[in-house]
Amino acid sequence: MSATLIGPAGGGPKFAVIRFPGANCDQDSYYIIKDVLGRPVEYVWHQDTSLRGFDVVVLPGGFAYGDYLRAGAVARFAPIMNAVRAHAERGGLVLGICNGFQVLCEAHLLPGALIRNEGCRFACKFVHLRVENAETPFTSAYRPGQVLAIPIAHGEGRYVCDPETQQEMERSNRVLFRYTTPQGEETPESNPNGSIANIAGIANATFNVMGMMPHPERAGEKILGSADGRGVFESLARAAERVLA
Amino acid sequence: MPQVKVVVTLKPTLLDAQGRVVQDALHALGYGNVEQVRIGKYMELEMTANGKDAPAIEAEVKEMCDRLLANPVIENYRYEVIA
Repeated sequence: MSATLIGPAGGGPKFAVIRFPGANCDQDSYYIIKDVLGRPVEYVWHQDTSLRGFDVVVLPGGFAYGDYLRAGAVARFAPIMNAVRAHAERGGLVLGICNGFQVLCEAHLLPGALIRNEGCRFACKFVHLRVENAETPFTSAYRPGQVLAIPIAHGEGRYVCDPETQQEMERSNRVLFRYTTPQGEETPESNPNGSIANIAGIANATFNVMGMMPHPERAGEKILGSADGRGVFESLARAAERVLA
Repeated sequence: MPQVKVVVTLKPTLLDAQGRVVQDALHALGYGNVEQVRIGKYMELEMTANGKDAPAIEAEVKEMCDRLLANPVIENYRYEVIA
């Protein structure tokens, strides 16, 4: 079965939003790309096996395959994930949001793992993020150190990895977002889930795969309380355009 | 028909948030002598041997644990094959 809808006609980079059973932020991701940014986008069903023709792949939030066993553990073996891996290995851009981040970690496309929030509560609120590296395909629309207001909605968002991995990521500026106060200070209170070093989003070593727990697709317009999330998608469109040029 | 029992636990270096909540609840019930609670997962697999001997089944179960049943980044596992 294929539940593919065709986005608006138009040139430029094309986005794919992967639909797993249990995804619930797929429409928000589709909406920000198509209606806010005006970029071509299509849904791709988890049983599909090809991402041919797509430049940017988005793994949206939700509870893929019910998140049984562990968040992302079963989704990682969905047929489309072979194509996601191949896309990433070709240098294609991949963004995982919330559950999508969990899936990318389970698939070892990103290091570490996301486990139950330290306080055991499902955290659903606006948080503040500091842009740690603004020279990536995911963050180039931001200023370095810029503080963004973007919502989170997760029960298992505590990022953990071994100390060597963390040091390596810090050295190579692969931590792209950190939870901070509205003033941009990294404090224990501004960390909503107990993630190590307030980590909210990371990139792989080649900076073409990124995962973040906060939901930029839910913060694309002022009427939603913040338009700060737009920059992630604008950065991606810009980076993909450069590749196509 | 071999039965396999798999136990998956969070690595000891990681804080077990669920376990801490249960520990607090036990303390509230008066069991002050509980020093730590760690919550894991228990799975029972019913398998067909298909002519495989015990070491071959063990190897297969280990592979299942590494690939799916546990996440080696955050979890330890142990299993027992009952022939």
